[in-house]
Amino acid sequence: MRKPFERIIERLFACSGYITSVVIILIVVFLFREAFGLFKSPAVEEGYTIALNKNNKVSEDQFHAQTLKLVFDSEITNWSKLGGKDEEILLFRLDDITNYYSEDELGSDLENVPVCINRLVDSMPGIIAFIPKLYVASNFKGRLIEDVAITPADFLAGKEWYPTSTPSAQFGLLPLITGTLWVSLFAILFALPFGLAVSIYMAEIAPMKIRNIMKPMIELLAGIPSVVYGFFGLVVIVPFIQKIFHLPVGESGLAGSLVLAIMALPTIITVSEDAIRNCPRSMREASLALGASHWQTINRVVLPHSFSGITSAIVLGIGRAIGETMAVLMVTGNAAVIPTSLLEPLRTIPATIAAELGEAPAGGAHYQALFMLGVVLFFITLTINLAVERITKQQKS
Amino acid sequence: MNKIEAIDVNFFYGKFHALKDINMQIEERTVVAFIGPSGCGKSTFLRLFNRMNDLIPDTHLHGQILIDNQDIYQKGVAVDELRKSVGMVFQRPNPFPKSIFENVAYGLRVNGVKDESFIRQRVEETLKGAALWDEVKDKLKQSAFALSGGQQQRLCIARAMAISPSILLMDEPASALDPISTAKVEELIRQLKKDYTVIIVTHNMQQAARVSDKTAYFYLGEMIEYGETKRIFTNPEKESTQRYITGRFG
Repeated sequence: MRKPFERIIERLFACSGYITSVVIILIVVFLFREAFGLFKSPAVEEGYTIALNKNNKVSEDQFHAQTLKLVFDSEITNWSKLGGKDEEILLFRLDDITNYYSEDELGSDLENVPVCINRLVDSMPGIIAFIPKLYVASNFKGRLIEDVAITPADFLAGKEWYPTSTPSAQFGLLPLITGTLWVSLFAILFALPFGLAVSIYMAEIAPMKIRNIMKPMIELLAGIPSVVYGFFGLVVIVPFIQKIFHLPVGESGLAGSLVLAIMALPTIITVSEDAIRNCPRSMREASLALGASHWQTINRVVLPHSFSGITSAIVLGIGRAIGETMAVLMVTGNAAVIPTSLLEPLRTIPATIAAELGEAPAGGAHYQALFMLGVVLFFITLTINLAVERITKQQKS
Repeated sequence: MNKIEAIDVNFFYGKFHALKDINMQIEERTVVAFIGPSGCGKSTFLRLFNRMNDLIPDTHLHGQILIDNQDIYQKGVAVDELRKSVGMVFQRPNPFPKSIFENVAYGLRVNGVKDESFIRQRVEETLKGAALWDEVKDKLKQSAFALSGGQQQRLCIARAMAISPSILLMDEPASALDPISTAKVEELIRQLKKDYTVIIVTHNMQQAARVSDKTAYFYLGEMIEYGETKRIFTNPEKESTQRYITGRFG
């Protein structure tokens, strides 16, 4: 009677294991599938196209997202920059059509617009036109730039994140990833010395009574919802920073770093305190028995012995900082620019996903770009985890 | 001349009376073995000589412990200084997470020795003294954890010797070792007698008989009998000692 029962239980446990693994794999597959659609999406806004004069011989490869933006922002003004003839670039958006044709010529129902555009593109050698596909005449004489997809380079090396930009939405990773790394780096720089000091104090110096009060309190910190930290940051830290540094706005990388540092502290403290306490008593005694002082023992024996534990504490802290969404979203000011100082607003990858997913139409380029950000985040955390594993392994051998 | 003297020593863990009225003299350059059943207080007594029990909260001592006629529990005694002259080897090998070389050099470094050539010379001397040099001379930079248990224990002995203490305390130094390693450690203890006063706690009576000049038998916190090892093992005065050494203890 017992044997079959035990077997059923074992099967159930095995099933739970398989289900968990399959779910995780499915999530990763889903993430990647949604994300990699990005590189098949057109660089030009849906339903629109780019038209050139038929004599314009500039290669189609030149028309990717970043250059289109530069051209339409008038940062590039001559075709020679793109490998064409030395000729001024003439921008044409649909609104500009009234500069060339009167309302009568366009027709009362705008029925002549395709004809007008056709004529215009044919007559202006330097033109670049951003027009709806609807208005491309059937006998169009210009050259259409179609099927230009967003490239990995546009995403990875793009310096601008501007999903609503026309004619070409900008999905540049650089401002977001630098923002993420920037706040995380400073969060760890703030949290690490402080956290390490607290954990050494609790594990080595504090009397039992104080430790027994302190430790649960710090663990309580870890249980506070992140939105509360964000709220605290917004109401206390942000105005404080604004006042101290005389800034126009207090929302900044510094505010984000401070909030993240506070949030990472409990993890860093509890994990490294455990690591320090795990240092065997025999090892401490050996050191003390050789005439080492308490501090020498901590510094030369206990800390090296708990090195791997402290490393994982740091990395768990970084993980918390990099993945944290809500609190950062609330205090960093959400400006997707590459940060140059701690006092400027910036924006992190998770905050971008959280803030924009609601307004990105499912299946569109913007939506796919947000998933691509998720992939990037996934790889960052994966790398960190692998690094930790490596460090701990080296330490053991 | 007495190297160590214990006068009316009583020791308490909280309310527990762990050592009762112990008086003992230990001469210089002898090996003294403490024997007795588990929990009899022999390790506690041993750890009084380098004030290791200070680390345990809620303990206190009545009586005096003199080393070279100085009361080591007097106010103003620098504990780290005391521990430099009283080395200790523990029950289990406990090397530091450092290289073999750095393990032995540790005591010198924490005591402020900066002269690298002196450190190198001292490491070699003590490793030779601990009969370990030939086995490790080519891998001094490797982690001490790569050594076998017996080698680790001899490394710990070398580590304790490196700061030139005059007394070596050994708390069951061979209990975690195999017979061959044990034999090596015992041989080493006999050698050490030339330069050190050695106190060894052991559960192994043959070991006590083999290495020590004098033996003290402890039972329930009292020192029952203390005398020449040969006499204790052949002709003990107390019946309790007799029963313990013949294994009829129960």
